[in-house]
Amino acid sequence: MLDYPTLKILWWLLVGVLLVGFAIMDGHDMGVGTLLPFVGKTDDERRVAINTVGPHWDGNQVWFITGGGAIFAAWPLVYATAFSGFYWAMLAVLWALFFRPVGFDYRSKIQSPAWRRTWDWGLFIGGFVPPVIFGVAFGNLLQGVPFHFTDMLMPVYTGSFWGLLNPFALLVGVVSSAMITMHGGVYLAHRTEGAIQQRAIRGAVGAALVLVLGFVAAGLWLRWGGIEGYVISPASTFDPAGLPDPLAKAVTRSADAWWANYGRQPMIWLLPALGVGGALLAALLVRGGRTLAAFVASSLAIVGVIGTAGAAMFPFVMPSSTMPNASLTIWDSVSSHLTLGVMFWATAIFMPLIIFYTGWAYRVMRGKVTVEHIRANDHAAY
Amino acid sequence: MSEQLVDLSRLQFAATALYHFLFVPLTLGMVWLLVIMESVYVMTGKVVWKDMTRFWGKLFGINFALGVTTGITLEFQFGTNWAYYSHYVGDIFGAPLAIEGLMAFFLESTFIGLFFFGWDRLSRQRHLMVTVLMAIGTNLSALWILIANGWMQNPLGAEFSYETMRMEMTDFWAVVFNPDAQAKFVHTVSAGYVTGAMFVLSISAFYLLRGRNTEFAKRSFRVASAFGLASALSVIVLGDESGYMVGAAQQTKMAALEAMWETEPAPAGLKLIAGIDEKAQKNTWAVEVPWVMGLIGTRSVSQTIPGILEIKEKNRERILNGIPAVTALERLRKDRHDAQALAVFERHKADLGFGLLLKTYTQDVSAATPEMIQKAVDSTVPRVLPMFWGFRVMVGLGFLMLLLFALTTWATLKGDCMHRRWLLKWAMWMLPAPWIAAELGWFVAEYGRQPWTIYGVLPTHLSVSALSVQSLYGSLAGFVGFYTLLLVVEVYLMVKFARQGPGSLGTGRYDLEVGHGPAAHA
Repeated sequence: MLDYPTLKILWWLLVGVLLVGFAIMDGHDMGVGTLLPFVGKTDDERRVAINTVGPHWDGNQVWFITGGGAIFAAWPLVYATAFSGFYWAMLAVLWALFFRPVGFDYRSKIQSPAWRRTWDWGLFIGGFVPPVIFGVAFGNLLQGVPFHFTDMLMPVYTGSFWGLLNPFALLVGVVSSAMITMHGGVYLAHRTEGAIQQRAIRGAVGAALVLVLGFVAAGLWLRWGGIEGYVISPASTFDPAGLPDPLAKAVTRSADAWWANYGRQPMIWLLPALGVGGALLAALLVRGGRTLAAFVASSLAIVGVIGTAGAAMFPFVMPSSTMPNASLTIWDSVSSHLTLGVMFWATAIFMPLIIFYTGWAYRVMRGKVTVEHIRANDHAAY
Repeated sequence: MSEQLVDLSRLQFAATALYHFLFVPLTLGMVWLLVIMESVYVMTGKVVWKDMTRFWGKLFGINFALGVTTGITLEFQFGTNWAYYSHYVGDIFGAPLAIEGLMAFFLESTFIGLFFFGWDRLSRQRHLMVTVLMAIGTNLSALWILIANGWMQNPLGAEFSYETMRMEMTDFWAVVFNPDAQAKFVHTVSAGYVTGAMFVLSISAFYLLRGRNTEFAKRSFRVASAFGLASALSVIVLGDESGYMVGAAQQTKMAALEAMWETEPAPAGLKLIAGIDEKAQKNTWAVEVPWVMGLIGTRSVSQTIPGILEIKEKNRERILNGIPAVTALERLRKDRHDAQALAVFERHKADLGFGLLLKTYTQDVSAATPEMIQKAVDSTVPRVLPMFWGFRVMVGLGFLMLLLFALTTWATLKGDCMHRRWLLKWAMWMLPAPWIAAELGWFVAEYGRQPWTIYGVLPTHLSVSALSVQSLYGSLAGFVGFYTLLLVVEVYLMVKFARQGPGSLGTGRYDLEVGHGPAAHA
């Protein structure tokens, strides 16, 4: 059996993998949803866009559901604290997601233009809102969140929903939305042709530029904008192998704490470089018609952007602004040694299988979706 | 936690879970009917079987969409509304939920896409394989969620740690092979199969009564009859198994749903119906079949089944014994090295959960008055009236459906189901029966576990998130609004396509074709 500190680090990586997997897989169909009103001028065109993800959105959404389940199993305190603390934000995500299954499946079952337009906007909401809120949530994690624990370890959130919508968090929300829109645009460009493809390319390039500017701006803001990071101190007396008790450590704040990891391990700079470079490369490639390569570049940009934030905060997951010692870290908000081990092996066995059959499903459905195809399959297509 | 917050949190969970459970059983059952129909198509090559798979698949899809939509709510809700529960038992409860995602949701959700969109891209055999994998995925998801639920009923393979202030897993396989979980799984999926069969049977009966799509409908009716008969038998036999298990782990639930106030001499009789006086804790009258309850509940003629009053007296002892466990734990939380508190805690920790019941009435459990203790004792058994009748309606509907499936199977074997209009009408009007039974089954299982979220370990009262009552009113209103809207849309589409029948496929082979015939598909 793997030892406890190793498993704790592995689970930090695995949550990262699930988060990145979610952003790459569900991200591209959410990006398609975000771009839907802009790439499809007619009903047939919108159906083309929808059917590029028609067979896949449901499987992709499971990245999100499994990510939630994995956080529940591996980081129960994070799951409990974040979901209850961000109550209205989570409900907004949930309610936005409601529009997707019904939007996809019900939209084209009835001819009425009003019915279809309504669901098109539903699909837009389901694609646009969740990435923005996840970005805003990340922006708040980077600043610390107002919560504390009672003696009996009951998490109590003392902020408000509106407090989440501060300028820095909104900027991160823009970055997140741009990232997902770019990714969806690149995917659409790969699976469509003609006018829809041209619009998708323009959307992807524009979003990539917003992503790069926003990402760099957020980095500069984090460095010189007065946002303090968190650090376990004194680190010498802290035992990563210890029992998970989030009240057993001392945490202080300092201006450059989020940059300390980058100072210690210069290799990490590759992550922000990947974020910026991947996005620019995706924009160039998609303009040049190399759509599959652009999708790979765009996926790497996602790895870079999410990795940048994760590496800055390591080992923190959810710092507390009102009771810093109660901050949740990858060391002390985790499940027991046994559970982390069981879940590690479950993930290690099933993840490759999932990637294999998802890949097969995309292979079966490969090729361009066209207006002719939609008209010929009027009863079967979305 | 205020009483109102707890009640609203429970109401929201119950409403969203019961709503979700309108869609799940149909998915569980219909997916196997699709497998059967498509298998016949692959073996015989007769296109009507392909059309059956596609048409019933269309209705399956309309239902599945809402199952997915409302399923996410439940996963979110443990965190949003039951934060302390999530912390306290996440170490055990989270694992099957995550494995459900990895093992089941990915499988069903990936292959459902190919089921709908892969007809022209896959060989017949490959497509059938896709359908089978989708079916396995949906059924595996039921397995893992019921392993999680089974643990709430009978928390095996875990123990409490005062240092991390939560339950921790000690034996993963004990959680997986929990007999309650396994009994629940077979009972629940069988109930789902009955639901799927009844759905196909009822709608096919409707076509037969109207004389439409007769060949299509007769075949569907035959498949649904046989599958329904087998499933209804299994649901009842394995429901009995479930009762037996309840007897071993949770006698409280059995006593409540059988309205057994006193411990009766073995073997106890089975009450068919009774007049229940909840206040006086007795039945005013009852119609009883001797021996049967004892046989079902204990699989013996000599063992007694404890009645409600006896259970309450045992629980009183456990509550009293739990008080020092709670106070010692509170001291330990202030000072982990308090050896004396640890010694007291170790002696009483088996009854910690019972001590925590008093937190509903007072923060300082050592100051609990005799009235509070009495209230806590009374709360350990759920209200008998809704349990007793909920259970009886469920079982009654189960037998009624069994009878119906037996008759329809017999009629299809004789080949004259067309001429027995009364049977067709009965089959059509029975459509709501499996849903009523399934929702009541959920109610009996979950309400019957009250006042606990985790039986004997964590009281419901302590499980909620520290939210404001206003937030709960707001979210509850949002859910009710959204769900009502979605239900209207879903039922509208379901009725529209069910009435129209296989003509909606646009193949040109059926009554009530719309739009283009096959020519337009070239």
